[in-house]
Amino acid sequence: MSEIRIKTDAPEASFRDVAKDALLTAVVALVLAVPFIGLKSDSVGIALALQTRWAEMFAIVGAVVAGRVLISLFRLRRVQPRTPQPQKRAGAKELAAAWGGKHIVLIGVAGFAFAAALPFMPFSSRYTIDIGTTFLIYVMLGWGLNIVVGLAGLLDLGYVAFYAVGAYSYALLSTELGWSFWVCLPLAGLFAAMFGVILGFPVLRLRGDYLAIVTLGFGEIIRVVLTNWVEFSKGPNGISGIPRPSFFGFSFAREAESTTFHELFGIAYSSQHRIVFLYFLILALAGLTNWFTLRMRKLPTGRAWEALREDEIACRSLGINPTNVKLSAFALGAMFAGFAGSFFSTRQGFVSPESFTFMESAIILAIVVLGGMGSQMGVVLAAFALVILPEWFRDFQQYRMLLFGVAMVLIMVLKPTGVMGSREPTIRLHKKDQGSAAEAQPETAR
Amino acid sequence: MTAAQTIAAQGEALLEVEHLTMRFGGLTAIDDLSFTARRGEITSIIGPNGAGKTTVFNCLTGFYKPTVGRLKLSHPTKGEHYLERMEGFRIAQVADIGRTFQNIRLFPKMTVLENLIVAQHNALMRASMFAVAGLLGLSRYRNAEKAAVEKACHWLEKVNLVERADWEAGNLPYGDQRRLEIARAMCIDPVLLCLDEPAAGLNPRESLELNTLLKAIRDEQGIGVLLIEHDMSVVMGISDHIVVLDHGRKISDGDPAFVRNDPTVIKAYLGEEEGEDDHA
Repeated sequence: MSEIRIKTDAPEASFRDVAKDALLTAVVALVLAVPFIGLKSDSVGIALALQTRWAEMFAIVGAVVAGRVLISLFRLRRVQPRTPQPQKRAGAKELAAAWGGKHIVLIGVAGFAFAAALPFMPFSSRYTIDIGTTFLIYVMLGWGLNIVVGLAGLLDLGYVAFYAVGAYSYALLSTELGWSFWVCLPLAGLFAAMFGVILGFPVLRLRGDYLAIVTLGFGEIIRVVLTNWVEFSKGPNGISGIPRPSFFGFSFAREAESTTFHELFGIAYSSQHRIVFLYFLILALAGLTNWFTLRMRKLPTGRAWEALREDEIACRSLGINPTNVKLSAFALGAMFAGFAGSFFSTRQGFVSPESFTFMESAIILAIVVLGGMGSQMGVVLAAFALVILPEWFRDFQQYRMLLFGVAMVLIMVLKPTGVMGSREPTIRLHKKDQGSAAEAQPETAR
Repeated sequence: MTAAQTIAAQGEALLEVEHLTMRFGGLTAIDDLSFTARRGEITSIIGPNGAGKTTVFNCLTGFYKPTVGRLKLSHPTKGEHYLERMEGFRIAQVADIGRTFQNIRLFPKMTVLENLIVAQHNALMRASMFAVAGLLGLSRYRNAEKAAVEKACHWLEKVNLVERADWEAGNLPYGDQRRLEIARAMCIDPVLLCLDEPAAGLNPRESLELNTLLKAIRDEQGIGVLLIEHDMSVVMGISDHIVVLDHGRKISDGDPAFVRNDPTVIKAYLGEEEGEDDHA
């Protein structure tokens, strides 16, 4: 790709490059396609038989090459005439970004209002609210992980472990000791935060890839322990019969010994009540996470997180204790996963280690990274793309991972810093619209 | 502490380095170095490339643990500190030593103002009661933040960056980044400011401005400044005291006039043959 861009003044050479590039693509695609598409194993009776699908394979390789050539030609055309066109596009983009930046609070409030009104919309059904609840769980997890990855810059691949700790805390405390949800919720957060510190200590000296590997291992350890320590967690069978939440003591049952929710308000019983209550509960929890993170960013702790992400050595030279900064990020990030976890287990009524696989961590991390590290709004957008869109397009379920990959590649090519990649300063000296000096800042090089 | 008080105490020994030795395996980067830096003075450490100047800084600021030696800081209000026993971040937090880096280390994605506020982390952390007061929005924290912004503005004026306070630090021109790093180090209220080649990459006009800035810091704040520099116009122009290193050893120590004419210094810089005095 890069060769094509450089040789702008010699079109013949560029076309040769395109051909070379296409050939290379064909070879790579072919190598990949033979085992993926060309050969297919089918069970015939009890034996496995190998089938070949050469026609489909060549069709796909052909499509890949054609696509590649088209992209190369498009690039060529765009690079060769050095017209001011790209600049104009950047201008439009800047404008959009400026508008978004100015009205981000407005957009946020509108989004929250919409979310709060959703259960009362005419089109909303039990299905919509259920999806909305799932979506909000991921938004909350994304916001929690955003503290660790987006703000403090500590790449955590095992975030789901804290989610599991929260879920199991509530599951065990409620089934074994009969404690109520409202007591267990803070406890679940506390336990998860404790695990955050436990993970934090050994990885204090690690950064980047090494940190990622250890956190990945930690996530797996928690899951494997939950699977194998049968006396404690009932192993792979999971814990069932977890009490469903009550409306601050008033249950959502049709009939109960004590007053029920519908009796309290004197309305007819509906199974929908609990679903809507759960939805508002996660909305409140997610709202709390967002409020906390936004607030924290403007406090010394939050600024220290960001400073640590930027340069740990400089932090030390300013007397900032990196240990405390890292541990606080791990603990607080984990705490919100713990809250989300206990919500998850009360919603499902059942937890098992299967809910806390690496895939979950990967999705949450993808939400943070695609959204733009550190951006709260970005997390919402990315969670929408990764949680709601797959629901809408259930017909394409087979291609879900394929589309997932395509989306990742597209984002990384078009907007490497994520959908909402720009950072809003936590404090300003000059008013934002004061023009001149403050606005003259060159756009960050990408 | 007011500036008047500190100036009254000018000339007191601030930092005493005694028999400092730093070995990396078989390599002796610093060999039995002793010198004293005083309050209200600019002490420069010069020497050819690889003489061990930055290593001295890294020992002082806790990035390396010295093999042998004692680094005593006599803090005007907080008593004596032995830096060789302290953890890196405590040296800035407790002993109040600020430093800059040879290759600038700002927080590039944060704004200029944020860089200066982060430098006041410990004071703000106390005021926010570990984020509790801040989360609740108590006036105690809000006032502390206001004070922090005021202090930041004071230094922004000093280094002439008020206009660019809301820029991302990484977008600043090189010279501005150098000055911002000095301002950031000053925001921790240091008693000793260690500058690692602050004039590197500056044009002559900017170097001149740097001289004025450093003199102002010395005279107005009454703190000690420790300076590593190759730019002789800066070193000779503002130093009160120069220590010359070569291959980890101290070869000369004295005021600029003395060092400039010291034959061992001339030899170290220019080889055996006699050279122009200006180069020393």
